[in-house]
Amino acid sequence: MAIRVQQPGLFTTIQDLGRYGYSHLGISPAGAADPLSFRIGNLLIGNDVNAPALEMTLLGATLEFDEAAVVAITGADCEPKLGSARIPFNTAIEVPAGAVLSCGSMLNGARSYLAVQGGFDVPLVMGSASTDARGRFGGIKGHRLQSGDVLQVRRTKASPVHTLAPESLEALASHGPIRVTRGAQQDWFDASAFEKLFSCAYTVSDQSDRAGLRMKGEPLRPREPRQLLTDGIPLGAIQVPQDGQPIVLFVDQQTTGGYPKIANVIAADMHLVGQLRPRDEVRFAEVSIPQAIEALREQERRLKELLP
Amino acid sequence: MRIIPASDSSLLVEFGNAISPQLHGRVMTLFLALEERHDPRIRNLHPGYGSLLIDFDPLQLSHEELASILEQAVADANDRPYFVARMVTLPVCYDPEFGLDLLELAQSANLTVEQFASQHSLPLYRVYFLGFSPGFAYLGGLPEPLHAPRLATPRPRVAAGSVGIAGSQTGIYPVDSPGGWRIIGRTPMRLFSPGATQPTLLHPSDLVRIFPIDRATFEEMSREQ
Repeated sequence: MAIRVQQPGLFTTIQDLGRYGYSHLGISPAGAADPLSFRIGNLLIGNDVNAPALEMTLLGATLEFDEAAVVAITGADCEPKLGSARIPFNTAIEVPAGAVLSCGSMLNGARSYLAVQGGFDVPLVMGSASTDARGRFGGIKGHRLQSGDVLQVRRTKASPVHTLAPESLEALASHGPIRVTRGAQQDWFDASAFEKLFSCAYTVSDQSDRAGLRMKGEPLRPREPRQLLTDGIPLGAIQVPQDGQPIVLFVDQQTTGGYPKIANVIAADMHLVGQLRPRDEVRFAEVSIPQAIEALREQERRLKELLP
Repeated sequence: MRIIPASDSSLLVEFGNAISPQLHGRVMTLFLALEERHDPRIRNLHPGYGSLLIDFDPLQLSHEELASILEQAVADANDRPYFVARMVTLPVCYDPEFGLDLLELAQSANLTVEQFASQHSLPLYRVYFLGFSPGFAYLGGLPEPLHAPRLATPRPRVAAGSVGIAGSQTGIYPVDSPGGWRIIGRTPMRLFSPGATQPTLLHPSDLVRIFPIDRATFEEMSREQ
């Protein structure tokens, strides 16, 4: 089965849950920016949780299906339509052969996911289907979708589908401030820097992408100017360059860097980072590492309950 | 050695804060010991100059358990012989048309372009680690007269294969990318081949010998690549 791209949207790529085991070669994990919505999409239509799906950014794609298919759209609401009829969100949708599915502007976040039963059929590069836009590989030859691209879908037996009540989704996602733990260079910063980070609002700058989100707000300064010797960067690290404006390093991040890392987004809240839009206001709150791991366990437990 | 929690999913092992072959040896010994374990709970290893970052699945492995694995691995490493480094020969063409900053750097070092190029190709470099972009190797061992600061404003596009200098480091851009390193030449070799069994030409701890080539040889080798 094939799906023809009529309109690619703003920045649409094929992603899975990421590429691991190659960061010592400078290769970032890539993968879905909102892994929670990505997984929900696949689980709703009975796919393997890691099946390659489309990640659409701010403005969704318009796709023509040559055969009937079952899809699910999750993440930010992009007012999806089948022909001219609005279709529900966060549920399995049967798309008839020849139909055109269109996704519009995202209303409440930055990224929507379109999963299709069977998953998109692209070659795995270093074990993953994810598009690495910086290294130009993975997904569709390493680039974002373009008009006229034809996406192949893996054939599969029809799998049982699920529906999710909006309330249960609400319970699954985190809300409120983005929770962080203190970072590897926390002792470079004194109490006043942490106070600013945890009490001031930061604005997501326009110069933000999957590699990193630049924040604008109260500058954070180390106790004294020091030069950090380049070291490894964990996913979600909040690094502080010379101008004091924090940068949240994200899925397409550099694997190493030379700026001190004051804090780190917790794994359970990474999906919130994936939904941040330019000019959004962000607040950060501190948790301990045991609290962060407990939050992740709780999220996994709820996901299993909702979509066993 | 210091083991620091860097996030809820990673630990940073710090051996020291310097660029030295000795520290690099300790980083690589632990890196190789962990690679050999093939522990599926460990997702990624990021060597730096004096540290190793270990990214893991916190639902499968606790910080405490990983810390004791690391301490044991470091203790065991004291008993094993030093690892053997690979030797890689890298042809580089120091044509000023490729080396956008070559003339300026040579002038500020009081050298001719030829002298600068020949001094750059002389040492046996060591790959301390890869980072920045896929296959980008940070090479240590640049002779001091050739040290040069980064550009104040990075170039929006540096061609793949460009050989650059940043402070005491030298490195090669594997893919076209923005970059602030001072560019002095270009290699015709492909440094990053995503589909290949060995996706990158260089690996951490490799020893690199530069082999200067002229423009005609560069063009010929580019065609073969």
